[in-house]
Amino acid sequence: MTQTPYKILVVDDEPDLEHLMRQRMRRDVRSGLYTLYFAQNGVEALERLNEVPDIDMVLSDINMPRMDGLTLLAQIPNIAPDIRAVVVSAYGDMKNIRTAMNRGAFDFITKPIDFQDLRVTIERTLKNMEEWREALESRDKLVRLQNELNVASKMQQSILPTEFPDSDHCEIFANMEPAREVGGDFFDVFGLPGGKIALAIADVSDKGVPAALFMMSSRTLLKGSAIGAVEPGAVLKEVNDLLTEENEAAMFVTTFYAVYNPQTGQVDYSNGGHNPPLVVHPDGSSTLLPGTDGMALGVFPGVNFGQSAVMLSPGDLLLLYTDGVTEAMNADGEEFGMDRLQAVFSDASPVSTEAANKAVFKAVHEFAGETPQSDDITCVTVLQRQA
Amino acid sequence: MEISVDRANEVLIAKVEGRIDGANAREFEDALNGAIGEDDSKVLLDFSTLSYISSAGLRVILLIARLLQKRNAAFALCSLSDPIREVFEISGFDKIISIHDSQAEAVDKIGS
Repeated sequence: MTQTPYKILVVDDEPDLEHLMRQRMRRDVRSGLYTLYFAQNGVEALERLNEVPDIDMVLSDINMPRMDGLTLLAQIPNIAPDIRAVVVSAYGDMKNIRTAMNRGAFDFITKPIDFQDLRVTIERTLKNMEEWREALESRDKLVRLQNELNVASKMQQSILPTEFPDSDHCEIFANMEPAREVGGDFFDVFGLPGGKIALAIADVSDKGVPAALFMMSSRTLLKGSAIGAVEPGAVLKEVNDLLTEENEAAMFVTTFYAVYNPQTGQVDYSNGGHNPPLVVHPDGSSTLLPGTDGMALGVFPGVNFGQSAVMLSPGDLLLLYTDGVTEAMNADGEEFGMDRLQAVFSDASPVSTEAANKAVFKAVHEFAGETPQSDDITCVTVLQRQA
Repeated sequence: MEISVDRANEVLIAKVEGRIDGANAREFEDALNGAIGEDDSKVLLDFSTLSYISSAGLRVILLIARLLQKRNAAFALCSLSDPIREVFEISGFDKIISIHDSQAEAVDKIGS
């Protein structure tokens, strides 16, 4: 029990009851367990509740002049929503007891009052109220935690690039629609020596703060590695070895990394367990980039990552995406899938990369309908311009 | 997600039904850890009735694979539907976890 006495308001129009209560409960009052307040009807009770805002429990008779106990019950939540009320009724008066319970009474006792029963009822009521208060406190903590997660999510978003190359040779656009939770997708687009451009898209297993931290370090390691090494396979190998070093949590990150040369259209790439990117041709036909014998990063140390190359012709679109696109589900539990993704472009390849991403997101949302988005949706798109 | 456990030829066979995603990956992890006894040296996950697995689910598979590897226990998967096999192939997990077409084949391979 807490140190401050529980405050109990007793409402009854029989003057003898106050005397009786004070006498029977005197030990509990003296020991500091309870403080008793009294009122003779509903109107007085409401006045007390206004005067003493932290009353924990109300014990009320039903039949009283001026305002009866049932009317009082209906009024209490307006003043003190968390208060627990127990009604005292005539023995067998089920109609009033039922009305009282419907109006939010926590329990009832019957007249003539059995003080042993009253004591047990008071204890049970106060215990329930304590638990309720603790639950409220946890909920508040949860709300605070949720706010922190929102901050983490914003931080994560803020490290993603928002300005992209736009030249005679190429146009690039990338964006992510995060799921409600802090998720694990990220992308990066940055310049390399010789006018080349590094392209990366990745998806960390799991969600929440640990995944976000893993994502941050993956992204930093990838960028650091990319600046030092030239070959995409070597970059992924280095990042993988660093990530597997201390990875007790068995997190992993599927990563597609490419070095793109806008002057020639050549894309050298290595795929670390990520969904195969799509090359969309101007006529709307599309092909998947073949794998390069890699695996998700962080899983197994010392693995070699192969690499391959593809040549983008003018008008070709290279689309990198995460499984938030292909695994988006509709109400029937069907996945969006590769066929629907390819169908987005089947009539004609879009003229801008931003339009391409918009078209993909729109198709995914229309497909999913009311089904909530469970994963981040990310696209990085490169358009090889006409020379 | 439901897990039912069976034993054949000293192989613990855990059959997983339903879907494993971010929402129940922890529950899946606890269920597997509960099902696998300390004496089990051969563990097979039967995915014939698994409808979907997300990357959070793959992570649990990886944790179990590592745990069993540490105590030199055999670990395998069997009866993957095409989309689920694709998830294992794309992520490269098929390179470190043995995958069999049927339960009988898997039990034959890792059983005694």
